[in-house]
Amino acid sequence: MSKYLLNKFLYTVDRDPELVERYRSDPRGTVAWWETERANAILNVPSGECSTWLKFDDAEREALVTHDYVKLFELGAHHFLTLTLFIALFERDYAEPLAFQREYARKLSHFSLPYPDVTT
Amino acid sequence: MATIAAVIASTHHPFYYRASTSAGEDRPPFADEWVAKITAFRETLTRARPDVLLMVGSDHFHQLWLDNMPQFLVGKAPCYDANWYNEEREFGLPRLFLKGQEDLSAHILRGGLDAGFDLAFSNELRIDHSITCPIITLRPDADLPIVPVYTNIFAPPLPQPSRFVALGRALRSLVESWPSDLRVAVIGTGHLSLELGGPRQFGPHGPDPEFDRKAVDWIASGDIEKALGEVSLDQLWEPGNATHGFMDFMLMMGVAGEGEKADYVDTFDLFHTMEAYFTWYPTPLPATPATLPAAEESK
Repeated sequence: MSKYLLNKFLYTVDRDPELVERYRSDPRGTVAWWETERANAILNVPSGECSTWLKFDDAEREALVTHDYVKLFELGAHHFLTLTLFIALFERDYAEPLAFQREYARKLSHFSLPYPDVTT
Repeated sequence: MATIAAVIASTHHPFYYRASTSAGEDRPPFADEWVAKITAFRETLTRARPDVLLMVGSDHFHQLWLDNMPQFLVGKAPCYDANWYNEEREFGLPRLFLKGQEDLSAHILRGGLDAGFDLAFSNELRIDHSITCPIITLRPDADLPIVPVYTNIFAPPLPQPSRFVALGRALRSLVESWPSDLRVAVIGTGHLSLELGGPRQFGPHGPDPEFDRKAVDWIASGDIEKALGEVSLDQLWEPGNATHGFMDFMLMMGVAGEGEKADYVDTFDLFHTMEAYFTWYPTPLPATPATLPAAEESK
């Protein structure tokens, strides 16, 4: 299990406007492309010098492919990264301000303290 | 030596800019009261007539990332660009540009390292809303040079709360030993109870009003001992999953000093968070121009 890699996906997509749209419209294709092409890129290093060992397990990949932020919370993805990206993905579909954020909270309401550990 | 013109601690709410600049149907019902509170808070900095701002905040996974995460980092650059695409997207924050004060940065780095804080540094730092929110609320002209200090309140493992307090005390001492005749305001922002990306987010109040009430009392009375006695890294998850930002308030209590009562205290019970604003004047205020309201008695 790689909380780090989940976070890296959320972080690198969230900071790129084109990737945000691509992940919204084609989550399965975007996750597959990202895992092949981007998962092992070290962010501050030229492309030839990459890592070789990073990949999602099946539950992580499926959570990303299905836009399942409840599962991401359960897996210990960082709550701030998940929230920020999913607001960018889906807030636009809700008429009332904060309606998406409140639905997000309701869908997590079965969690009690302590929440899944986000330590990487 | 430099003078501490003011010590200011507050929450940083990224919705303030949009709320305060919106009009008509877009203007939320709480905007006018919020603007009035911020305008009064801003005056507490203005009347201290600062020349330099030492600003404590926390990068929200913008430039600092999990492959190379510093616990405490001091910016040392001649200039700082500010705010990021996702802050523009989500909060409507404007891009800003601030001058740096490299001489003070260098003094803090050298002195901090020699005092036992293994500070990281950055010569090219794009700062985010933890520092630009107080620029927008307290110094919207963005006309003073800054030294940014970033703390890790986001990515566990985190430093202990006592370490934040100790760094605050060290920053106070370092500013006071800076060979300069400039007036430095130390401004830091954090959170009271806060939940982001969890089941208690975006409720009608902060997730733990009882914690907020206690925290405001600790800060206003400078009761560092009590805060340290009740707060721990494990306990801070309970008031809300983003409440570790309270450690930046604890850092600022370290700057202000044990038992130092704040000269200005205000709060605003906003949806999903308690906003809180504190100012201390460690040194007498400069003479007040006749056009400004009389300053409160300072110590």
